[in-house]
Amino acid sequence: MAIFSTSPLLASGQSVSSIAPTIDIRAIVRNHGSVAAVDHVSFQVQRGEFFSILGPSGAGKTSVLRIVAGFEDPDAGDVLIDGRSMLGVPPNRRPVNLVFQSYALFPHLNVFENVAFGLKMRRVPAALIDEQVRQALTMVKLVGKEGRKPAQLSGGEQQRVALARALVNKPAVVLLDEPLAALDQQLRQAMQVELKSIQEQAGLTCVCVTHHQEEAMMMSDRIAVMHQGRMWQVGTPREVYENPRTLFVSRFLGVSNELPGRVSEAAEGAALFQPADDLVPGFPVRSGPEPSAGCPATWSLRPEQLRMSRERPASGDTVLPGVIEKILFAGSETKYLVRIARETLWEARTTGNVQPPYASGDPVFLHWALGDGRVFFE
Amino acid sequence: MPSDDVAHTIPAAQDSCRSCWLAAPGLLWMILFFLVPLLLVLAISFASRGTYGGIVWEFTWANYLDLLHPLYGKILAQSLWYATLTTAICFLLGFPLAYVIARSPARWQPVLLLLVMLPFWTNFLVRTYAWMILLRHDGLVNHLLLALGLITKPLELLYTPTAVVIGLAYGYLPFMVLPLYVAVERLDPVLVEAAWDLYASRWAVLTRVVVPLTMPGIVGGCILVFIPSIGSFITPDLLGGARSMMIGNLIQHEYLVVRDWPLGSAVSFVLMGIVMAAVVLYYRQASPGDGPLEGR
Repeated sequence: MAIFSTSPLLASGQSVSSIAPTIDIRAIVRNHGSVAAVDHVSFQVQRGEFFSILGPSGAGKTSVLRIVAGFEDPDAGDVLIDGRSMLGVPPNRRPVNLVFQSYALFPHLNVFENVAFGLKMRRVPAALIDEQVRQALTMVKLVGKEGRKPAQLSGGEQQRVALARALVNKPAVVLLDEPLAALDQQLRQAMQVELKSIQEQAGLTCVCVTHHQEEAMMMSDRIAVMHQGRMWQVGTPREVYENPRTLFVSRFLGVSNELPGRVSEAAEGAALFQPADDLVPGFPVRSGPEPSAGCPATWSLRPEQLRMSRERPASGDTVLPGVIEKILFAGSETKYLVRIARETLWEARTTGNVQPPYASGDPVFLHWALGDGRVFFE
Repeated sequence: MPSDDVAHTIPAAQDSCRSCWLAAPGLLWMILFFLVPLLLVLAISFASRGTYGGIVWEFTWANYLDLLHPLYGKILAQSLWYATLTTAICFLLGFPLAYVIARSPARWQPVLLLLVMLPFWTNFLVRTYAWMILLRHDGLVNHLLLALGLITKPLELLYTPTAVVIGLAYGYLPFMVLPLYVAVERLDPVLVEAAWDLYASRWAVLTRVVVPLTMPGIVGGCILVFIPSIGSFITPDLLGGARSMMIGNLIQHEYLVVRDWPLGSAVSFVLMGIVMAAVVLYYRQASPGDGPLEGR
């Protein structure tokens, strides 16, 4: 198992020719009526990698998963698993196992029988089934509950059975459909850690579909952001979070403080951003990937890059004045909605106990380092 | 804890008393319309027949001992066989039908179910007469088979055991389809996908997941078909001719033709015993321990 546990953290652009990918999806298309649910999606997943497809509901991510599992056929494109095309291969002949969102445990079978189901179907000798099921149950910490029926288990335990039922077969790929969506917040966070450690321990290759950005970022080696049937960006969580390629990706992966406007005077790597609201002064920005002066653009900045103070800071930061409109206390941090233009509220955060505390209506200065933030052209 | 016990017993006792009263109307109804007639039939089955067909209230085992005659045994065995065959045919036809209906688009399901029940809008007797027309020597079925060149001379269909089973299966198919439809409709399609994903072939999906999880519907459907089949008398009477007599015909014959009510009552009780034994057997087999029947 040890040889699998080193996850090849490959960035999107890097060459992967040295190792054949476990999953190779080539420009798959899936039409539902006149709408393309999946529109020329391509990606590769390496052995031992945890790959997440992140997107809002209706983005087509579940369709991608069902195509890989074999429940749906792509209208175009190819699905290769371990170098073999899977087109026309039914789900029961594919070396993949799906962990369903609702777990889909067989209610008439107990925990042991549920986990043993796949092995039994493949006619594995009974003694071997016994041993492998025991191993899988040890891994998900369910030893002693073999005889329980799914209805007698808690949500978290059901989730573990579903996971064990898939990984006991040692499939080339484990597909996870919103694996933690049915759990409550606390259990969900605990399971994130545990799922990740089981994946690393067993050297599983996982493709996970989720709409929960934090979950995807914490568990994945790489993330693909999907929207309207297309994949907008693939990369490590850090890459995608810090260098989103589109405004949608930026908004979906976290809070994006935005300001519409246009870029003027692009010169020598620096440019001036002119907000559409003429009450907001222009400020210098790092020019975007294509510095096209005059084009409508949107400025975007993460809340953690934004600092807030009562006095105008002396440093070389870019400064915008604003007024606190709403304070949201969230325990470990406090969020402030600050009005910086007629129609624009930005979110700033403070951690710990700020003395004296800010109050609604307080005039403040928001500032950030010159290199932070991004310009997105439309 | 003793104070707790006291606190709990009193309301519990009051509760059970209250539920007694709530059950009273139903209980009364059951006693009046189910238990009393049943006991009456039981009493008659131990009486003897008067010379002119009346009931003489003298206790005797004679009616039950009469039933040991091989002729009655043959009728009984024949009835069991026809009913079993009918149930099996209804299951084999009804299961795919129920599955297709339950898995068709939601807006079509009521229409398809209506079509299954449509025959009920016509009297059963009339529909059985229709089968006589279909099955007779120069009937539609023979005409069709001749025209297709599958047979060279007309088959003898009417007044045979085959006709009886066809008639019974036709008549009771809806009783099989309805409970099966409910069971399949409640089966989560994701479970079928999960089994398929876990290397099960289509046959294994059917036998390992679909059938066990729809067992309540299968048992229900089989009981609903078996009971009326074994006791039916119109169908064997009209389609079966003299040699396809079933236990239902025997009862009708004893009551209305021979006017031997005590013997007819004894036959009725034996039939009831068989049906009850069959039901118990079905439930035993279908639910070992905490099977899907109790699980839901």
